[in-house]
Amino acid sequence: MIELENVAYSYGGAELLSDISLKLQPGSFHFLTGPSGSGKTTLLKLCYAALIPTSGYVRLFDTDVRAMERDDIAMARRRIGVVHQDCQFLNHLSVAENIALPLTVSGRADDSEMDNLNELTGWVGLTARADALPPELSGGERQRAALARAVIMSPDVVLADEPTGNVDWEMSQRLMRLLVELNRMGKTIMIATHDLALIRAAKPHVQARVLRISNRRLQLAGADL
Amino acid sequence: MRLNIDLLRSILWGDAQADRVVPPTGFTAWLTLFSSAAMAFLAVFALALSLATSRLADRWGDELARSSTLRISAPEGQMAAQTDAALRVLETTAGVASARALSNAEQRALLEPWFGPDLPVETLPIPQLIEVIEEGSGFDAAGLRLRLAAEVPGAVLDDHTRWREPLVRAASRLRLLGWVSLVLIGGAMAAMITLAAGAALAANAQVIGVLRLVGARDGYIAQAFVRRFTLRGLMGASIGMVLGTLAVAALPRAEVGGGFLTGLGFQGWHWLWPLLIPLLAALVAFLATRAAARRTLGEMS
Repeated sequence: MIELENVAYSYGGAELLSDISLKLQPGSFHFLTGPSGSGKTTLLKLCYAALIPTSGYVRLFDTDVRAMERDDIAMARRRIGVVHQDCQFLNHLSVAENIALPLTVSGRADDSEMDNLNELTGWVGLTARADALPPELSGGERQRAALARAVIMSPDVVLADEPTGNVDWEMSQRLMRLLVELNRMGKTIMIATHDLALIRAAKPHVQARVLRISNRRLQLAGADL
Repeated sequence: MRLNIDLLRSILWGDAQADRVVPPTGFTAWLTLFSSAAMAFLAVFALALSLATSRLADRWGDELARSSTLRISAPEGQMAAQTDAALRVLETTAGVASARALSNAEQRALLEPWFGPDLPVETLPIPQLIEVIEEGSGFDAAGLRLRLAAEVPGAVLDDHTRWREPLVRAASRLRLLGWVSLVLIGGAMAAMITLAAGAALAANAQVIGVLRLVGARDGYIAQAFVRRFTLRGLMGASIGMVLGTLAVAALPRAEVGGGFLTGLGFQGWHWLWPLLIPLLAALVAFLATRAAARRTLGEMS
């Protein structure tokens, strides 16, 4: 689905990532870890074409990102749900409208999808907050709203960047359960986090591979977790 | 054609959903509206000026070229005889359609602006004027002068070229200035809308970022902005055009006073010309916003 081949990325001068190769298989579950500033966010951005690699190849659904037009990238993003650490919303629209935004912009906001929306809002526990505006939400509610928005198009892949960064342990466990549930429904998941406790807590529930960025390179972390 | 209608429909009515994704703006909307209204108001005057000077140039160039004046200065006793002689010469000149001696009343009317009414023209040694109307390609002025010199020594032929040409030149220059003003007004409006649209796009960078993240195409994002500014341009320019046209219509009619400096305004079907201004303004707004949106979106990931 998403494939990186000998990818390097540098902001200006020094290389942040080099010689990264990675293949996200359908239905797989990956954790991406590493110290802060090691390039986790950059690697995720390469995976949804917010950044173009300085060298090497990134393929989204078998298409080289360098060969993609801006509209092709937009179409690919409809198949990739992204959750950021600091999730951004359209602050003048209600939570429900924000969750439905991917449907709206792709012209699929019809009645049957609206049933989906209600179901999804219930799934992330935001039914009571559906009419609130995003600035009125707590950190955990924002993360859950962002997750709902990321999956409403039923994407093939969900990329989450520190989805539990701003929430307490209880809430982070709830979010992880939602992500694991998505994986059981067949979605490919990749979660970037520096929180090893989170990975340990998730391990019993899901067959996850743990990738670590260390010294600009990507390694498969082993049994030390 | 079908495509154009669809485009027009999407611009005018749009996709209510698409419009909602960009937050409403209060202040810049009013500024854009005001500026396009002001520009359209000025455009109406520039248009009126261009059309009026155009008419003037045509009249001076054409109508006045078709007429000449013969002036006869003679001692009182010979005036009538010389006038008759001059008329006979003119009647036998090729290219002259008609020649007519002005009556005392007409001459008095000509002098009235300078000397006031009830001037006793009869008692003054005023030259007799003969109005000559040309036909076809006109007469040979040099030949006519020679014949008149021989038969009517007191006659002076004025074929108007001396003062007509600089006037026609001035009118043409004025008309050019009018058109240049229109182009400048259009350009200023494009610049103003580009700035306003740029500001709106910059102010909504976060909104655009979110829309890109969830898979919105550039065209979808741009449309919300383009539609707004096109409608504002159209609306503002319509208001300005109506006010400007009313102002032109309310100009005092100077036609009666002194025929040739007047007529700043529209005549006949020329009143329809101002209707084009809002449409052109909307087109300018559409193109300017679309260019600004494409530029801004191209710089984002």
